[in-house]
Amino acid sequence: MTRAKQDSCDVAIIGAGMAGMAAALFAAERGLSCILVGNGGSLLFASGLLDLLGVHPVAERRRWRLPYDALVALAREEPLHPLARINAVSIRSAFQSFVAALGAAGLRYAPLGERNRNVLTSIGTIKATHGVPISMIAGADLLDALDARPSCLLVDFRGLREFSAAQIAATLGDRWPRLRHQRIEFPGYEAAAELYAAHLARALETGKTRERTIALVKPLLGDARAVGLPAVLGLARAGEVHAAFEAGLGVPVFEIPTMPTSVPGLRLLAALEAAVSARGVRRRHHATVRALAFDGEGGTATLALDGAAGGVRARAVVLATGRFTGRGLTADRRQIRESILGIPVHQPGSREFWHQRDFLDASGHAINRAGLLVDEAWRPLDAGGEPFWPRLYAVGSILAHQDWMREKCGSGLAISTAWAAMQHVARQLRGTAAG
Amino acid sequence: MNSPSFIQTEVLIIGGGVTGTALARDLALRGVACIVIEKDDINAGASGRNHGLLHSGARYVAGDRAAAIECRSEGEILKRVAAQAIQDTGGYFVAVEGDDERYIADFPTYCERAGIMARAVDVAAARALEPALSERAIAVFEVPDASIDPFRLSLESMAQARSLGARLMRRTRVTGFEREGRRIRAVRVRSRTDAEEVRIEAAQIVNAAGAWAREVALLAAAPIEMTYSKGTLLVTHTRLASRVVNRLRSPANADIMMPGGTVSIVGTTSTQVDTLDNIHPTTSEADLIVEEAARMLPALATMRFIRAYSGVRPLVGSAGVADGRAVSRGYALFDHEDQGLDNLVTITGGKLTTCRLMAERAADLVCRRLGVTRACLTATTPLPVDPDTGWTEPGRGPREWMHFHGPEDTLLCECEMVSGSAVDAICAALRATGDTPTLTDIGLRSRVGKGACQGAFCSVRTVAHLYQRGDFQARCGVNEIIDFLGERWRGQHAVLWGEQLAQAELMEALHCGLFEEDLLGAPNVDSAGEKSP
Ligand SMILES: Cc1cc2nc3c(=O)[nH]c(=O)nc-3n(C[C@H](O)[C@H](O)[C@H](O)COP(=O)(O)OP(=O)(O)OC[C@H]3O[C@@H](n4cnc5c(N)ncnc54)[C@H](O)[C@@H]3O)c2cc1C
Ligand SMILES: Cc1cc2nc3c(=O)[nH]c(=O)nc-3n(C[C@H](O)[C@H](O)[C@H](O)COP(=O)(O)OP(=O)(O)OC[C@H]3O[C@@H](n4cnc5c(N)ncnc54)[C@H](O)[C@@H]3O)c2cc1C
Repeated sequence: MTRAKQDSCDVAIIGAGMAGMAAALFAAERGLSCILVGNGGSLLFASGLLDLLGVHPVAERRRWRLPYDALVALAREEPLHPLARINAVSIRSAFQSFVAALGAAGLRYAPLGERNRNVLTSIGTIKATHGVPISMIAGADLLDALDARPSCLLVDFRGLREFSAAQIAATLGDRWPRLRHQRIEFPGYEAAAELYAAHLARALETGKTRERTIALVKPLLGDARAVGLPAVLGLARAGEVHAAFEAGLGVPVFEIPTMPTSVPGLRLLAALEAAVSARGVRRRHHATVRALAFDGEGGTATLALDGAAGGVRARAVVLATGRFTGRGLTADRRQIRESILGIPVHQPGSREFWHQRDFLDASGHAINRAGLLVDEAWRPLDAGGEPFWPRLYAVGSILAHQDWMREKCGSGLAISTAWAAMQHVARQLRGTAAG
Repeated sequence: MNSPSFIQTEVLIIGGGVTGTALARDLALRGVACIVIEKDDINAGASGRNHGLLHSGARYVAGDRAAAIECRSEGEILKRVAAQAIQDTGGYFVAVEGDDERYIADFPTYCERAGIMARAVDVAAARALEPALSERAIAVFEVPDASIDPFRLSLESMAQARSLGARLMRRTRVTGFEREGRRIRAVRVRSRTDAEEVRIEAAQIVNAAGAWAREVALLAAAPIEMTYSKGTLLVTHTRLASRVVNRLRSPANADIMMPGGTVSIVGTTSTQVDTLDNIHPTTSEADLIVEEAARMLPALATMRFIRAYSGVRPLVGSAGVADGRAVSRGYALFDHEDQGLDNLVTITGGKLTTCRLMAERAADLVCRRLGVTRACLTATTPLPVDPDTGWTEPGRGPREWMHFHGPEDTLLCECEMVSGSAVDAICAALRATGDTPTLTDIGLRSRVGKGACQGAFCSVRTVAHLYQRGDFQARCGVNEIIDFLGERWRGQHAVLWGEQLAQAELMEALHCGLFEEDLLGAPNVDSAGEKSP
């Protein structure tokens, strides 16, 4: 019997969400050969906004305008938090490098500043974030200048069920009196009852549909100094579509992120896939890692895959499998487990303490802080507090002692921990010279 | 000084559960004018938090034959007059290895004595029809149990009562009584939206406040003795069986599995509680139900649950009984005459299955006092189907969507296929009675939020739709979403493991991670502000 073919690499990354993609990018940038296992489906939930850190401490719901100042407070008060263990220089480098890679793949972000920017959401709330796609930045600029009562027009499309410009305008009406709204028919889809953001985005990549849409919006402009639209302005050619809208309408145009699965999520996925493949990262797209075996302390790891022929051998492995939605963690009625290896999970005493009875309880749900404990080199620990395997690392939301949904640090956690862990991977693999 | 506003009616009914609404219909059919006062919404009490079992009576044959007989005959009546709210699924009573052999042996005789058809079914044949049954089943009987939609029953009863002149005041609470000699001269009520109290003068007053009947009676200084039994139920993600499945034993925890459209509901527990505040399902109740019910239906051990809820059974009679099941499930009718009152009636206890009968008895007493001689019509008059109120039925959304949806119509809830036009119909019906619809109202009257996403996605689409239709204005939408998801969450938190835990995480990622609903009104701090005190 012949063994199925196995591919070898320096580092295998399990999970292609935000953290896995970032880890693959950074591995390649450090010259490591890399195989990334898993599809990027979880990125479709992303909004395109890259949060660094918005809130700390959660229980006080304290919002920070300056994320790097928030990080200082976090490091002081929650030293176990994954972001508290990474220095600001590394975090800046990680974000710069990530955003540069996206930019090179055609998804441009506004320059990363010191200040969190405010962005409108589709339900009319305002979200603060660090990295804002160029296509959304004009909205953030307007929100900075609300005192000047800027006139702005929001446009939506009949049939796009999750987005109502009327809702946003009404919700913000008392703070933003000159926010107007109009609903139009999406050209070519007049007969469709339900519109899907991705279809509209694709349609707007054809010049004709784009021109017809611009022509429908133009007469509605009035004195508007800017136009807001649901985030459907193109997919792969989003930059071109956005520029065409601005040129055609003669005012800044901004997108408003919508509910998943969203077009900005699709763009992020496409850009990250392009970026990792441009850097020579090999993919096992439709595969999931079923099991992971290690040949001894100094040896290699072997990944057994479902959904793809052959396995993967790697000198180092990075777990970027996410939490419960990502499937990196699973829970039955009694306990939370790490899904592939059964690595011990730091968790509350019993299910009774997992969740608060109020969804929005200010202290947050204890289960969100459950996860893997890691050493200073981002290696998950076994029950004895020792690294589970000397070259097994964990990054992203699977880590314990963070609550990204409440702290507004999802992307920051993914990108920064990927960066920090990859520093250690590179150092360690150099130390053990390739065979 | 302004005198408080003032309303007059013949009969004032306190409580808009299955009993209060059945009573409104009963009185209206007899030509008696009435008003229903409900502090929250239709079926906000036990009527909206029960198992939905139209009892054949078989559950009570050994312990309470009178109750069993009552259930049997009321079940037969409701199947005739309110067929639209009932799915005549039939039911099995199933014993598993280790269950009391004596009870199993006596069961058919008990049923016969109560006049309940119980047919022994070969265990293998039963398992062929209901493959979810345990292979350790040792005896199966078939009985005429059925499933009933209490929302539909109440909403349609109220709709008919209204068409005959009755009035419903939702979100209005009874706050006090004005006594004068042997009469209550007026009832003071307060609506959630108006600061002002309203006085209602009625010839007769019926306290149909379910578990709250004691509180209400106390307001009239006419105390009644009642105990409260909390029960918890779990909702599965998929349907487990097509019949009702009961455990064949003396009533205990987690004995019943109800098929309900696309889901199944298992329970209940029974815990004596002292107050009506803070009633919610706990993780230990959920565990108990899963473990116990899995003995009858093993798939429950690994099944995904999407929701849990608790209700309180008002039990009338001696206080201080350890297990609520030992107190009668029969109803109680108080005339309060020995407490010096001639125009107050309390009707409480009982069951969903017997609500029509309870209403009849209360109406008989009220009519006797009013000198009205018309007989009760509810046992023979079919409950009219109301097109605006059938949206709680699981199959209706998909069915109408497939067959009738217009070109402009869209699906707002993809799990349960609730369309924009269904939401519009619900809003129109609420507006027709002078109400302002909320997302929670729509949730109660449809299947929005009842599928696997538990509202995470459909709440957003429905609110967008309501803004577009002009139903929502200003910034209420965010708060509506928060209220709605908060209510859905309270029903989820005891069953968050496995797949549903991932779903809950996604809901938080969307509503907190992206929409930042957790930060409304939160303080903003920058380092300058922090450094300079
Ligand atoms: C609704 C929503 C809104 C969001 N909004 C924002 C936002 O506004 N700003 C922001 O910064 N971030 C946002 N995020 C993104 C968030 O930052 C990331 O989802 C988070 O950081 C988690 O990333 P992760 O890579 O750790 O985990 P995941 O994204 O969960 O990725 C884990 C991946 O691992 C894969 N996997 C698991 N097990 C295996 C296996 N055995 N084999 C192979 N693959 C496996 C999974 O399929 C999955 O793709 C949002 C996310 C969601 C869901
Ligand atoms: C867990 C559980 C499972 C059950 N399962 C079944 C079953 O399968 N089959 C069955 O037949 N029966 C079942 N029952 C019993 C059944 O649900 C109840 O008997 C029935 O719903 C009682 O209806 P009601 O209208 O009398 O009371 P409720 O439904 O409680 O109505 C009372 C109403 O009064 C209102 N109210 C209270 N105080 C005031 C005030 N001051 N002013 C205005 N309004 C007020 C409340 O908001 C409430 O809506 C179950 C009960 C529970 C708890």
